[in-house]
Amino acid sequence: MQHLMSPLDLSVEELDKLLTLANDIEKNPQKYAKACEGKKLATCFYEPSTRTRLSFEAAMLNLGGSVLGFSSADSSSASKGESVSDTIRVISSYADICAMRHPKEGAPLVASQRSTIPVINAGDGGHQHPTQTLTDLLTIRSLKGRLDNLTIGLCGDLKFGRTVHSLIHALIRYPHIKFILISPEELRVPSYIREDVLTKNHIAFQEVERLEDAMGDLDILYMTRVQRERFFNEDDYVRMKDFYILDRKKMTLAKDDMIVMHPLPRVNEISVDVDDDPRAAYFKQAQYGVYVRMALILTLLEVKVC
Amino acid sequence: MLNVGLITEGFVLDHIQAGTSLSIYDDLKLDQLDCCVAIIKNARSNKMGKKDILKVECDIDNLNLDVLGFIDHNITVNIIKGEKIVEKRELHLPKEVKNIVRCKNPRCITSIEQELDQIFLLTDPATATYRCKYCEEKYKGHKKLR
Repeated sequence: MQHLMSPLDLSVEELDKLLTLANDIEKNPQKYAKACEGKKLATCFYEPSTRTRLSFEAAMLNLGGSVLGFSSADSSSASKGESVSDTIRVISSYADICAMRHPKEGAPLVASQRSTIPVINAGDGGHQHPTQTLTDLLTIRSLKGRLDNLTIGLCGDLKFGRTVHSLIHALIRYPHIKFILISPEELRVPSYIREDVLTKNHIAFQEVERLEDAMGDLDILYMTRVQRERFFNEDDYVRMKDFYILDRKKMTLAKDDMIVMHPLPRVNEISVDVDDDPRAAYFKQAQYGVYVRMALILTLLEVKVC
Repeated sequence: MLNVGLITEGFVLDHIQAGTSLSIYDDLKLDQLDCCVAIIKNARSNKMGKKDILKVECDIDNLNLDVLGFIDHNITVNIIKGEKIVEKRELHLPKEVKNIVRCKNPRCITSIEQELDQIFLLTDPATATYRCKYCEEKYKGHKKLR
C-alpha cells in the first residue's frame, strides 16, 4: 500500500506516469466516470481549506466514488482529545482512502503509520502540500510542454509557503532549472531550502526583493499569498501582506509566453485586471488540481481503467 | 594537575568537548548505573586545548554507543581491562535516534501528541545533519536543544 506524504515519494518515472494519466482524464473524462464506483474517500481536514477539500471531493465524485469526512478540528474527535493515530484507525474501517490536512507538521505521516488505507497528505502546517505540487507540475507540463529548461520566479511568502518548498523539491530533479526567489528579507526561503536543497544540488538561484527586476527573465511566475495563519504576530502580517501586487503594468515587463501561477486563494497579490491576460494560468491550474487528484486516487487505489 | 586514579575494568570516554560532560552524563543515563563514575572537566589536551573526560567503571554493554555517536562522533571510547586499554571503539553517526532529544518546532505534531516517539533521522552524513522524522526540522546542536 502506497501513501503520499511528499512529492518526492514519487520517482520521476512514477510522476511522469501520473501526469500522463491526469492528461488522459482531462481528454476522456467519461472513460473514468465509474472507475471508483463503490469506493469512499475520507476527507479529514483539521483546519479550514475549502479549495483543497472540494478539489479532492470533486475528484472522487468525478470517478463515481463517494465522500465522507469533516472540515475542521472542532467537528472531529480531535476536539475531545483523540490522537491522529486513533482517528485514522477508525477512519480506515469507514473509507478506502483518506486525504488529511492538519495544522501540525508530520500529522499525516503519523496517520500513515497506523492506517490500513492509503493516506494522502493534503497539507501539514508549513511543511508539505504534495497534491498542490502535483497540480503545479501538471499545469507547467501541460502549458509549457516540459518540466526542464525553465526559469521560475517564486514570489511572496517563501518562508512559510509550503507550496513553494514542495515545488522547489520537485523541480530540482529536472535539468536546467533556475529559480529567482522574490521576497522581502523577512519572508525569504528557510536556510535549509537554500543550503541543503538548492546549494547542495548545484541549482542556479538568485534572491531579489523587487518583482520588476525579475519579470523579464521568467518562464513562470509563481505568486503566493502572505498567509495570516502562519504568523504568530498580527503586526508582522499587516506589514508584509501588501508587499507584492502583480498588475497589468508589471505584466508588460514579462515574456509573451510566461505563465502566471498561484495556488489560490488570492487576496490582493494579483490584481483582478490580470485575470483576462492570456498568460494568467491560475484558474486553469485549479482545474488541473482536480485531474491530478483523480489520477492520484486511481493510482493509490490501484484502479486500472482500460 | 588533579590526578584521578586508573580504573580496573570499564571504559573511558576521551576527547569530549570541554563543558559538555555533564549533559553527556545525563544523556547516557550514567546516573542510573550503580558503579563508580569520574567526571573530569577542562583537562589539558594537545589536540583540543581543553577537554572533558568520563571514566566509568562498568561493562561497555551498559553504554549506548548510538546515543554517543549522535551527540559527538569524535569522542574516543577506550575499553579498559586490567587497568589497560584493550580496545578502542569507533563511533558512527546512527541512522536514527529515538527519544534522545525533543523536536523544538512548535508546529510539529510531536508538540501536541506527547505519546509519539521523538525520532530524528540522519539526512546528511557529510554534515552530520539530523532532522525530525515528522516535520523535518533540523536538529540544531546538542546543547541548544536541551
